[in-house]
Amino acid sequence: MAVVAIPKASEEATSAPTPTTQPNTITLRISRFNPSNDSLPTFAEFKIPVQKWTTVLEAILHVKQNLDHSIAVRYSCRQASCGSCGMKINGKPALACYTKISEIGSKVVTVEPMSNFPIIRDLAVDFKQLFSDHKKMKPFIMRDDSEITPGTKEFVQTPKDLEKFLQFSYCIKCGLCNSACPTMATDESFIGPQGLAQAYRYVADNRDQGKKDRLKIVDQSHGIWRCHFAGSCSHVCPKGVDPAMAIQLLRGYLMGFRK
Amino acid sequence: MRESIIMKIHYGTALAAVALVAVHILFRMTQKFSDSLSYQNVIANYHFLPYALMLEVVLILLSVHGFNGLRVILLELKQGVAYERAINYGSIAATVALVAYGSRTILMAGMGMS
Repeated sequence: MAVVAIPKASEEATSAPTPTTQPNTITLRISRFNPSNDSLPTFAEFKIPVQKWTTVLEAILHVKQNLDHSIAVRYSCRQASCGSCGMKINGKPALACYTKISEIGSKVVTVEPMSNFPIIRDLAVDFKQLFSDHKKMKPFIMRDDSEITPGTKEFVQTPKDLEKFLQFSYCIKCGLCNSACPTMATDESFIGPQGLAQAYRYVADNRDQGKKDRLKIVDQSHGIWRCHFAGSCSHVCPKGVDPAMAIQLLRGYLMGFRK
Repeated sequence: MRESIIMKIHYGTALAAVALVAVHILFRMTQKFSDSLSYQNVIANYHFLPYALMLEVVLILLSVHGFNGLRVILLELKQGVAYERAINYGSIAATVALVAYGSRTILMAGMGMS
């Protein structure tokens, strides 16, 4: 018969692990810039308590709730699904809700708006161009018939067909790839890795019949050929989309390597 | 012209230029470097028709590739309809001018007019 020894109250007190939830304090530097009033961005510094699970977005919201409510930041889902809270965290584009302060490994965390986007205010940037380029790629299945046309069946895909584009359909339009792209820094007409990756996502989909249209859109002087394959877009993508690979695969169609 | 055709020309000229410049370097290695640059040997190259033709092709390949590369860099630096048109036509004009000047040199040397 098994005997279970119940520890005495005094033993329990001494053997209990030390709580690890003691908050640390970090310095959060937030870029402040209002294009209508300021000529240059400045940094506001805040000392804030953080736990090991505190994300950068939670830290910013702590400042907003308790220290300075005027900070402009865009966020929504808090779980890396909506793509709203992209920003530069210690110089690297990342989602604030998906980046834990404990993982950054620094007592000073600097947050700035994403590069290559016009700043609306503080950390919020204008996504007009990103969404416009995304729309230009016709991000939908193009074909004459439809699955709901009488007499037609579901457009069945094999797992192999799905594999060709599935990875690229995980894009959440957060703009981090465009922010990290060195070409976008100088060429404001460049479609950008987000748009090009989406073009490939639909070109590679065997249900789609709009390949010719999309290839024509990307095959222009500020289109796919301006990518220098730096790969930084893929490096910063929080969803593992790998836009750099999509661009190379899309080039294959234009070079005649792929049909 | 569509950008994909321009870029195919760009990559094609690069590959062809590498191959032909390699042939050119191999020819130079058949003799001492100082001998290779002596006046008589240089003129002899231009008098040898296949070699002169190869130099002409190298000139065209490098001009097309080089000025298209410059066009791409300049288009990435700045944007604007008028600017881009000027860059596009300017690079074509520069290519034609350089090929014309280089061809003149090859022709004159080949015909013994230098």
